[in-house]
Amino acid sequence: MVTGVLRRTGRLFALAAEVGRAAFRRPFQFREFVEQFWFVASVTILPAALVSIPFGAVIALQVGSLTRQLGAQSFTGGASVLAVVQQASPLIVALLIAGAGGSAICADLGSRKIREELDAMEVMGVSPVQRLVVPRVLATMGVAVLLNGLVSVVGTLGGYFFNVVLQNGTPGAYLSSFSALAQLPDLYVGELKALVFGFIAGIVAAHRGLDPRGGPKGVGDAVNQSVVITFLLLFFVNMVMTAGYLQIVPPKGG
Amino acid sequence: MGIEVVVEGLTKSFGEQRIWQDVTLTLPAGEVSVMLGPSGTGKTVFLKSLIGLLKPEEGRVLIDGVDMVNSPERDIYETRKLFGLMFQDGALFGSMSLYDNIAFPLREHTRKKESEIRRIVMERIEVVGLLGAEGKLPGEISGGMRKRAGLARALVLDPQIILCDEPDSGLDPVRTAYLSQLLIDLNARIDATMLIVTHNLDIAATVPDNMGMLFRRELVTFGPREVLLTSEEPVVAQFLGGRREGPIGMSEEKDAATLAAEAAAPRSATERGPREIVPQLEPSPGLPERRAVTRRRQRVMNMIDQVPPAARSAILRTYATSDSAPTLPLPGTAGSGTW
Repeated sequence: MVTGVLRRTGRLFALAAEVGRAAFRRPFQFREFVEQFWFVASVTILPAALVSIPFGAVIALQVGSLTRQLGAQSFTGGASVLAVVQQASPLIVALLIAGAGGSAICADLGSRKIREELDAMEVMGVSPVQRLVVPRVLATMGVAVLLNGLVSVVGTLGGYFFNVVLQNGTPGAYLSSFSALAQLPDLYVGELKALVFGFIAGIVAAHRGLDPRGGPKGVGDAVNQSVVITFLLLFFVNMVMTAGYLQIVPPKGG
Repeated sequence: MGIEVVVEGLTKSFGEQRIWQDVTLTLPAGEVSVMLGPSGTGKTVFLKSLIGLLKPEEGRVLIDGVDMVNSPERDIYETRKLFGLMFQDGALFGSMSLYDNIAFPLREHTRKKESEIRRIVMERIEVVGLLGAEGKLPGEISGGMRKRAGLARALVLDPQIILCDEPDSGLDPVRTAYLSQLLIDLNARIDATMLIVTHNLDIAATVPDNMGMLFRRELVTFGPREVLLTSEEPVVAQFLGGRREGPIGMSEEKDAATLAAEAAAPRSATERGPREIVPQLEPSPGLPERRAVTRRRQRVMNMIDQVPPAARSAILRTYATSDSAPTLPLPGTAGSGTW
């Protein structure tokens, strides 16, 4: 049991290392990359934007209520924006990429595997990792980074709208507290998180998809597992990165 | 000319289950070999081990100095370009048309222009008789057509070693006969080393230069076709005769009690008469001689002292009566059993 889990974890890391190596090997599958990029983007953009508005609103309302009780309304903007940019946005992006893009990637690779297409590819001397997995992982990473920008903007605007219009905050206080607390590294770390989360989503999806057990049912199980494993890893990695960031980068307000 | 494939002491298990052990054989360069065996004896596993898709626990598969079991992945990938493997159900890419499927190896491994690719692909499509279907998706055609498309794709890079996994399954007898001829023509044209895994007796009787048989986790025998076809080994005789009496049972092996009961029972009508002599297929008119024939003759004559007496006389007889292709005995007329 324990060795089984360890072995699968080891294979996951081995695949990650192999993808890292194969990404720099010629020829780069540009066409496949563009197709996958477009696919992942097309299934995630709209849901991401739709999710980020209420998410930004929830944070704005919650933080707004808290700060009013503490008598610090003027800092509502800064706090809610930080929460959106640093935490909510990369996670929303990663959940959508894993849920919408990763599951499709896993199902695609899994059904190719059980139909022996991947074996056929290997027999022809073409590495499925280089030909199929690398473009998919790069696509999830790229889309995650770009989508993170979109979600940050939409989430911040949503928070602004709810704070100013519904909670009678003042636009000036919102913006000035924003620039008082927020700094550029907050955005950097948000993007870095999105990049790492996109990588995790792509690798986990590919890893589960390349090794389905027992026919079509196995592919279904693999998709299920890939989403759950990705979520678990995301929150764990997010915790580590947040803790590290808070230790390394000095807060602006302090 | 094809490349020799040397297999030494190959052993493969899945978990506790031993598939076969200590398989040692040499596929002579440029010759056609057939691996027989009842269903479920690991013939496909053997093919996949040759090409490095599955990793046996012990032994080596040497091709041009590269060990397909233990060499670094990079060398294995390079060596695989020498192979053409025809999968049991074609293993075509479901999202691509037949044309793109067959063009895939050319686009991945060569820098040929699209017009050049088109010429080669259409030529292969014509060879396997799929003209007109090149725009279809694999899901839209019959199993036999998928199989032939898989063969066309395996051939497109002019492989030196061709492996066919049950080329006959799902084909009618006429198409199987055409396919047998196609394989021989192919061998005449490109002189590739070929291994066909099958349990079709017609293919086994007419196509190969060498035959082997897997049974009970072991290689029963491998050598010139005459050795297997004249073999008195119960397994081989039962398999070639398509009989129920013998060590092969419905569930792979019979237990000792059933075997003893069988031995005690009087011989049934399924006992065949003397085996017929059927010549090996010749290349179609207009094609060059198979260069393997001369090489094989020399090789077989050199080892004539080591083969069993029955096989020796069969070899001498066939080489005495014809100076080109050897002929072979065939198991009795099939079909008329006790059904």
